[in-house]
Amino acid sequence: MSSKLYEKTGILSTFILRQDRFKIPIWLISIIGFTLLVAFSFTSLYSSDQERMAMAETMVNPAMVAMVGIGYGINNYTFGAMMAHQMLLLSAVVVGMMSILIVARHTRTEEEDGQIELIRSLPTGRLSTLTATSLVMVGVHIVLGLLTATGLIFMNIESVDVEGSLLYGAVLTATGIFFTSVTALFAQVSESGRGVAGLSMSVLGAAYLIRAIGDVSNETLAWFSPLGWVTRTEVYVTDIWWPIFLMAAVAVVIFIAAFYLSSIRDLQSGFLPSRVGKRNASAFLQSPFGLALRLQRTGIISWAAGMLILGLSYGSVLGDLDSFFESNDMVTGLLRPVDGFSLTEQFITLLMAVISMICTIPPLMAVFKLKGEENKNRVEHLLSRAVSRWRLIGSYLLIALVNSFVMLSLAAFGMGMAGLAVMEDPIDLATFYQAGIVYLPAMWVMIGLAVFLVGVKPSLSSIAWLYLGYSFITVYLGGLFQFPEWVTNLSPFAHIPQLPVDEMQYTNVFILTIVAALFMAAGLLFYRKRDIKG
Amino acid sequence: MAILKTKNLTKKYGDFKALDGVDLEVNEGEIYGFIGPNGAGKSTTIRVLLGILKATEGEAHIFGKDAWEEAVEIHKRIAYVPGDVNLWPNLTGGEVIDLFMKLRGAKQQTLREELIRKFDLDPSKKCRTYSKGNRQKVALIAAFASDADLYILDEPTSGLDPLMERVFQDCVLEAKKNGKSVLLSSHILSEVEKLCDQIGIIRQGKIIETGSLKELRHLTRTTLYMETRVPMKGLSEVKGVNDVVGKAGGVSFQVDSEHMDEVIQYASSFGVVKIESAPPTLEDLFMRHYEGTEASTHLGGGQ
Repeated sequence: MSSKLYEKTGILSTFILRQDRFKIPIWLISIIGFTLLVAFSFTSLYSSDQERMAMAETMVNPAMVAMVGIGYGINNYTFGAMMAHQMLLLSAVVVGMMSILIVARHTRTEEEDGQIELIRSLPTGRLSTLTATSLVMVGVHIVLGLLTATGLIFMNIESVDVEGSLLYGAVLTATGIFFTSVTALFAQVSESGRGVAGLSMSVLGAAYLIRAIGDVSNETLAWFSPLGWVTRTEVYVTDIWWPIFLMAAVAVVIFIAAFYLSSIRDLQSGFLPSRVGKRNASAFLQSPFGLALRLQRTGIISWAAGMLILGLSYGSVLGDLDSFFESNDMVTGLLRPVDGFSLTEQFITLLMAVISMICTIPPLMAVFKLKGEENKNRVEHLLSRAVSRWRLIGSYLLIALVNSFVMLSLAAFGMGMAGLAVMEDPIDLATFYQAGIVYLPAMWVMIGLAVFLVGVKPSLSSIAWLYLGYSFITVYLGGLFQFPEWVTNLSPFAHIPQLPVDEMQYTNVFILTIVAALFMAAGLLFYRKRDIKG
Repeated sequence: MAILKTKNLTKKYGDFKALDGVDLEVNEGEIYGFIGPNGAGKSTTIRVLLGILKATEGEAHIFGKDAWEEAVEIHKRIAYVPGDVNLWPNLTGGEVIDLFMKLRGAKQQTLREELIRKFDLDPSKKCRTYSKGNRQKVALIAAFASDADLYILDEPTSGLDPLMERVFQDCVLEAKKNGKSVLLSSHILSEVEKLCDQIGIIRQGKIIETGSLKELRHLTRTTLYMETRVPMKGLSEVKGVNDVVGKAGGVSFQVDSEHMDEVIQYASSFGVVKIESAPPTLEDLFMRHYEGTEASTHLGGGQ
């Protein structure tokens, strides 16, 4: 009887592989490809011991430890030690995310959508879908680990040895299996696919945070986090294997719990009661603006937190930069030296340009949210009521504008705060803030373009993203590749004065603002005139 | 008085005419049934009326105002329910109802609660968890809880159970009693038959028939069943008679409305013992209009 619980697991496993025949390879290729690329770039960027030691010095501050973990072998910073220190933890986090997203999809989301009901009505076992998902994911992670290890071994880099590489791959495999088990467990507990992914991601986030706090201040605390175990394998330094077996053992226990819970529950039920929602809308929600903001609330808050962290982490590397730059030709190539200013100050202007372009992403998303709403036929709910098109698109524009200000302020402020804490002779906070906020008009041009596209033809919205990508490449790497000036000048970000190194150029900023306003006005006008899709 | 009027409404997508000169007229206090096969142009018409699509040619006026230019003013007095209701997955039904009511104008709290009870909706659930029927209930409650003068309903009951459909029909009739007008597009012909005063049939972007159900019935045939003392002979040769089927002791056939008198006179010479008559259903009308051009020539010829 009990063997019937697993009936047709094999077919279901191949079915999962068939469904994800693109998704899984893309994940694997991205993770492995990025790992090998970074390993390769290390060999060309930091070819001498001296350069690696300069790099190591920038890594020994609490902010970096919190971000990438304790640097084992920092006193003899070989390529291997560098890889393990700077890449392993973050790769493990990405592998964890991959597990969570794929497992949540094949367990609870499919159950919620009723697909598992169909499968269950066929002669399949009650635990077959869960088993199939788990088996596939274990297999995928083993393949991931082996390919990563093989790749690293074949790159034939000094100090990246066979045992270390195998351990490197095994750490990724174990982390992946661990988060597969965690997600499988939550898939029994929560009633919605989103809930499963959310809970599992919080475990991942908590593991990262506990490890960060532990690594910085309390070694014992770090041992409570599975991600703490990841760095404590000391790959390429002392190669400690047993944390991997610890992780695998815990995963097995979690799997057993998940399978037990799955066997005792009804289909489509969970162990966490779904929260009772509000019977009435708050006063704030009851306007197109309130609705638009509510729909993007979680996204905006996450981005805001992300931008602050981005600023803080960029700021935290400003401490020991000058000595680092002097030993590194490639980074100096990114910057054109200017008399009277330190390389650090110049680096700040470059960072601000990059930050402002990253901060442009959330406002663009805010504008294009309206396009998504239209595609899902939800705009007609509003337009068929007493809501004018101006008010509708105006709400989204307003959110985007405020969004641009908030994101850029947080990032610039974060960078300033962290910079002040680590720099030897600090620049004052206002200078940091000015250097950042001066990019607002360029962001407005991007927002204007987005509004224009939504107003004229939303299907062309990728133009705005391409333009942002173009700006990123030309402005960020312009110095390195020596692009002709006009190529760089096509981007609005190139016309922003690079404070504090440049003088303030009011004309440029003014003209950009006018261009942005014209785009927005045109977008609004066209939006009034066109058909709404449906 | 016409609340809603379109004249020669045309909507082109490139060379394709989605609407080809649609004339509609809905009067005050009237329920207008708008029927037609999938893709005939019902939803396109409604979306032009709502100012969501811009007509290529022609005029659409609601409350005497231009449907495109004065959309917002018009919408203050309109309630619209789409057939395929897409809602925001992370808001609750209650929140969406409030939002919709607020966006139109005044809120009637008691009516809202009463409708929620009647339609048996749990407003505290996230829209993500609602079935199609429940999403439609959200839109219907928001529509009927607001004090609109014109209700535009685009296949609003396609996901409702028969019990809820009854509730819906009560709501429509209640609106009519209060002097409101309704434009009801529907595939459920029994519903249209029960509710509507006027009916318009659209096909390939053209209105091919309008009128009251009674008027439309004149255009078609009645089904008769007769038993006579002497077996009727040569019935199928009589003008206006179709589909003669002999049955035990009698005969069943269809008669074109305009030839009814001749047929009855012919039949009476055989000594009528029993006669049963069934009026054409809307479905007969519907089928007759929707079958391709071949079918209509066949009917027009009357054998």
